[in-house]
Amino acid sequence: MNVKYMFSLVAVLLLILLSYAGAEAAGMKTFFGIFIPYIAVAIFLIGFIWKIVGWAKSPVPFRIPSTCGQQKSLPWMSYSYTDSPYTKTGVVLRMALEVLLFRSLFRNTKFEQHGDRLIYRWEKWLWLFALLFHYAFLVTVIRHLRFFAEPVPFFVQWLEGLDGFLQLGLPGLFLSGVALAAAAIFLLLRRMYLAEIRYISLPSDYFPLFLIIAIAVSGIMMRYFTKVDVVAVKELTLGLVTFGPTIPEGVGGLFYVHMFLVCVLLIYFPFSKLMHLGGVFMSPTRNLPNNSRAVRHVNPWNYPVKVHTYEEYEEEFRDKMVEAGLPVEKGA
Amino acid sequence: MPSNNQKLYDKDKVIAGLVIFVVLATFPFWYNLGKAASAPELELTDKAKAAEKCVRDTQYMRNEHMQLLDEWRDTVVRDAKRIYVNERNMGYDMSLSNTCLDCHSNKEQFCDRCHNYTSVNPYCWDCHIDNPKEAK
Ligand code: HEC
Ligand code: HEC
Ligand code: HEC
Ligand code: HEM
Repeated sequence: MNVKYMFSLVAVLLLILLSYAGAEAAGMKTFFGIFIPYIAVAIFLIGFIWKIVGWAKSPVPFRIPSTCGQQKSLPWMSYSYTDSPYTKTGVVLRMALEVLLFRSLFRNTKFEQHGDRLIYRWEKWLWLFALLFHYAFLVTVIRHLRFFAEPVPFFVQWLEGLDGFLQLGLPGLFLSGVALAAAAIFLLLRRMYLAEIRYISLPSDYFPLFLIIAIAVSGIMMRYFTKVDVVAVKELTLGLVTFGPTIPEGVGGLFYVHMFLVCVLLIYFPFSKLMHLGGVFMSPTRNLPNNSRAVRHVNPWNYPVKVHTYEEYEEEFRDKMVEAGLPVEKGA
Repeated sequence: MPSNNQKLYDKDKVIAGLVIFVVLATFPFWYNLGKAASAPELELTDKAKAAEKCVRDTQYMRNEHMQLLDEWRDTVVRDAKRIYVNERNMGYDMSLSNTCLDCHSNKEQFCDRCHNYTSVNPYCWDCHIDNPKEAK
């Protein structure tokens, strides 16, 4: 047992209990189904913008060259176009690789002793599961637009067809939902079982994982096991986004748990490490060309220093310098 | 964050990025603008009205008819049993086209309305006849 993950686990369990009891026993469906979602969306949007603006106001005085590739220097030396970009296109490509394919995680290596040799070994599991997790999350969220759009846009239906191509069981299995839960559980076990990673993990690392696992598991329960009245759910969700909220009959407590946890995720988002969604675009090691050798970057917070140039100095003391026999640039 | 600093660096790019974020994040709000959230209206055929009750109770049918169909399919195809007895002790021929679509022969005004609303696209009709009466 570890205090850090027990703390987060208990927090998520309490949130589940709170929303289940609140919606089922205390009859606070309006609170959990209407009030909280609106608050959550408002906090998410405003908090997100506020964070980004805060970062955009922080000056970045110098380029931070990352040592991921040869920097551009002499014309006859080749340099890495995307790993140490010099041009804007190079920077855009580096950012795209980072955001879409997690280029940095792909560099992950493991330092090991093999007999009497020390070696760096490929370590690609983190990259693989992180990629799986994020894409599964994205697909699940896009598929959820079927609850929030009427008529349902073509790309949602297209994605549902692709995601459910196994045509396994009824309702058909969506791979992304299961992949999301599995990958999140892998990322959690990684933090719990690898000693060196457990050592650097904090409650704020475990909390989002437990939260997302609970969201995915409650969704899977609803779709495949306990069942929910999807038509009634869509009445509720569509009511929210058309500003005519209603609480339909026949939607059980598990749905309110699912939605409440999502609201907690939205509220938590701007104030946590989850802000890497916006932060990756603002990170100086990714978004600046490595061109310090060619371009002078002036520190924006430099204090305006009063200087006395040589020309001014000579102007002031020329007579005395000539008298003393010192060389001057302009004749007296 | 230096609190006294007011300058927004790379203003154009940051604002463009934020606009993209807000537009994407509020998609459901502007996509549905001006529409009302009404559930589809289902029509029952005369035959269904006469029967009054579905195979199981209404809420069960709403939530779990897909699981019932799955059970029927497996029972017929794997165990070669064709009669289903519900909790009211009534027997039904476990058939998609001959039972469900016998009472709900108005598939467009019944099954499809619901399925379009919730973006469900059952692939059953690739093989099963969706209007047994017309086909005869
Ligand atoms: C009250 C609305 C409603 C009605 C009426 C309805 N369905 Fe459905 N049906 C649904 C919903 C909602 C789902 C998807 C359930 C989910 O996503 O969990 C579904 C799913 C299905 C599925 C599984 C599809 C898949 O690929 O997952 C089949 C098969 C199905 N319905 C058949 C029928 C038939 C046949 C009828 C008409 C006799 C019918 N349904 C009438 C709402 C309805
Ligand atoms: C004997 C006629 C009959 C048969 C056979 C039948 N139904 Fe029904 N079904 C009804 C009636 C009547 C209702 C309306 C019940 C009510 O309003 O309380 C209904 C309601 C439903 C509903 C709920 C609609 C709503 O109001 O939300 C679904 C879904 C449904 N049926 C699907 C099916 C499926 C799938 C089958 C085949 C497994 C099937 N039905 C077979 C008569 C039938
Ligand atoms: C590839 C073609 C195919 C598809 C797609 C298909 N079925 Fe079938 N289904 C069959 C065949 C063949 C039988 C066996 C018919 C028999 O023995 O009477 C059958 C039998 C059944 C039966 C029992 C017998 C009957 O008359 O209905 C049910 C119920 C059934 N299928 C439901 C479904 C549902 C629900 C779907 C969609 C999710 C579906 N099937 C999709 C081919 C298909
Ligand atoms: C407020 C927003 C949300 C609402 C109203 C909502 C509602 C629902 C409903 C009703 C289901 C059952 C679907 C069915 O029976 O077919 C479901 C399933 C599911 N939900 Fe959500 N959900 C929301 C947000 C999310 C988010 C942000 C995630 C996390 C990524 C998520 C993950 C899942 C998963 C994994 C499933 C299982 C089925 C599937 O793969 O689609 N949900 N959700």
